[in-house]
Amino acid sequence: MAEEAIFEYLHSEIVNYTLTKETNKENDLSALEYIGYSTGYRIIERLTREWPRFKDELDTMKFICTDFWSSIYKKQIDNLRTNHQGVYVLQDNAFRFLTRLSSSSQYLEHAPKFVAFTCGLVRGSLANLGITSTVTAEVQTMPSCKFHIQVNRG
Amino acid sequence: MSRQNTRLDTKKVNSELLTLTYGALVSQMLRDFENVEDVNKQLERIGYNMGMRLIEDFLSRTNSPRCLDMRETADKIQLAFRMYLNVQPTISNWAASGDEFSLIFDSNPLTEFVELPQDYQQLRYSSIICGCIRGALEMVQLEVQCWFTQDQLKGDASTEIRVKFVRRLEDAVPAGED
Repeated sequence: MAEEAIFEYLHSEIVNYTLTKETNKENDLSALEYIGYSTGYRIIERLTREWPRFKDELDTMKFICTDFWSSIYKKQIDNLRTNHQGVYVLQDNAFRFLTRLSSSSQYLEHAPKFVAFTCGLVRGSLANLGITSTVTAEVQTMPSCKFHIQVNRG
Repeated sequence: MSRQNTRLDTKKVNSELLTLTYGALVSQMLRDFENVEDVNKQLERIGYNMGMRLIEDFLSRTNSPRCLDMRETADKIQLAFRMYLNVQPTISNWAASGDEFSLIFDSNPLTEFVELPQDYQQLRYSSIICGCIRGALEMVQLEVQCWFTQDQLKGDASTEIRVKFVRRLEDAVPAGED
């Protein structure tokens, strides 16, 4: 769909903007992550407006992996793993922002730039659902990506 | 898409995602720059970069031939808005010379959840759109100027973008060949 192209172009321009501004000498991804965070915080409120309350943390994560992911990233998360102690690993074998970049280890050093926004998006969404967390991403071979969610308790 | 089964309205999610992501970018920029005019410039530049890439997507989806006059160009721009932002601007206010026209929007998807605070009245919130038009047209060898003459965010009844033809860009001779 054509509308989706716009979001992809906007995303890559945001990456470009946050990483090339003069104040950002050491490729700090925090501004990019924060843009994702504020987007996630707001959008989740719209998405879950008419949704029944989630049963528990795992139920919330399942929502993120299925409905949330497929409406934003056009496919579901391929694999969800958890240690039942607040660590969740979401694996996407063909992550939307990486699929057009490479299907090998070429450009691997640039991968973090294209996943930081999403880390923020997930963190912001969870935050507004009452789960404070730290989200990081790990890319070994593009376009596959693993998102690690560590729930902060206490 | 058939393989996705979600209980969410994907089309709506998409447009809200775009709106909110753009909003987050603008507010980040307002933190980064002290001067609102600099934010306007940055937004325009980002739009320009997007437009340069967008035109390729547009041409490959629509198989459009080259436009021979500004009226055709205006129709194509209108089509692009329908494709990419799901809005249909009205084309009007043609200059007598036929090289200047307005795009009038009843609603602007980028400003859906937006209100401008009093001290940001100088902010041209949607300047990304002007940049986009300029960047895209430059890739098909048309230099234009593009600016807002009315904006619903500033209390106007509709949003109006003015597009003015400047000149036709000539094919450049590759370096080293005379």
